[in-house]
Amino acid sequence: MSLENFLIVSAILFSIGLYGALSKRNAIAVLMSVELMFNAVNLAAVAFSRYTVPAALANTGSRAPDIAQSLLTGQIFAIFIITIAAAEVALGLAIVIAIYRSRSTIFVTDAAQMKK
Amino acid sequence: MLGQGTEASLFIDIAFWLLAISSIVAAVAVVQMQNLFRAALFLVVSFLAVAGMFVLLRAEFLAAVQVLIYVGAISVLIIFAILMTGEVERGSAAHSMRIPVGILAALFGAAAIFVAVDTNWLILDDVLREGSLSAGVENEIKKVFSNTIPSIGRLLVQDFVLAFEVASVVLLAAIIGALALIRER
Repeated sequence: MSLENFLIVSAILFSIGLYGALSKRNAIAVLMSVELMFNAVNLAAVAFSRYTVPAALANTGSRAPDIAQSLLTGQIFAIFIITIAAAEVALGLAIVIAIYRSRSTIFVTDAAQMKK
Repeated sequence: MLGQGTEASLFIDIAFWLLAISSIVAAVAVVQMQNLFRAALFLVVSFLAVAGMFVLLRAEFLAAVQVLIYVGAISVLIIFAILMTGEVERGSAAHSMRIPVGILAALFGAAAIFVAVDTNWLILDDVLREGSLSAGVENEIKKVFSNTIPSIGRLLVQDFVLAFEVASVVLLAAIIGALALIRER
């Protein structure tokens, strides 16, 4: 188990999500695929945070960097990605339900225009 | 190498492969299931498997956040939306472009895997094994990874405080936007 294993899993999850997001007709299925892609990105960020050495730590210079910040930036990024994903899914589902009310379909191929 | 020295044990490897396979199989099920409700349930399985991988990566706080927000909140929202729109029986068919799109996604995945395997990453465990870091830095690294939650809390209100505050404004805007979109006229 190494960095490469996690990155490969992340890449596979991301491509599955990409396929779903581009090929599905149902808007909710597209949103679920986007969530899969967010998850893959989070996994990659956390794996980098755990396994790689930031340049600030690698060259053992005179000034000691903030070690926690160097090591945990990936995890902080993942926290913000989760926050934005929560906002995105709430808005996305609100738009889906608004579209469903106005034209009683949620197929993205039927709702190509914003106006009715 | 870090902490209790459990990194290389067989149990951890088995756990990783179980989680990896279940997350990928569940993700395939999400995009292949015709029944949207079942697809949403498989999405929960995939989220849980990724949360397990976060634990293996020593990100316990993120694993808890993943379970609370993705498994708890986002999947419930998605299931409610599926039930409200009543599209379960019509299913989620793929449109006619699915073969070129599948080739595109496969090419993207192959390129990403190639980059991940081919790049010469500077791995923390190797650097620690070489012992080129000073003893103070090495102890500090082990301390950070033995319990990441205090460090994350400190970083969120010190170095990343601007992003932290902007995130709360984004969430407020999302709440108001969702309410305005969904209001009955």
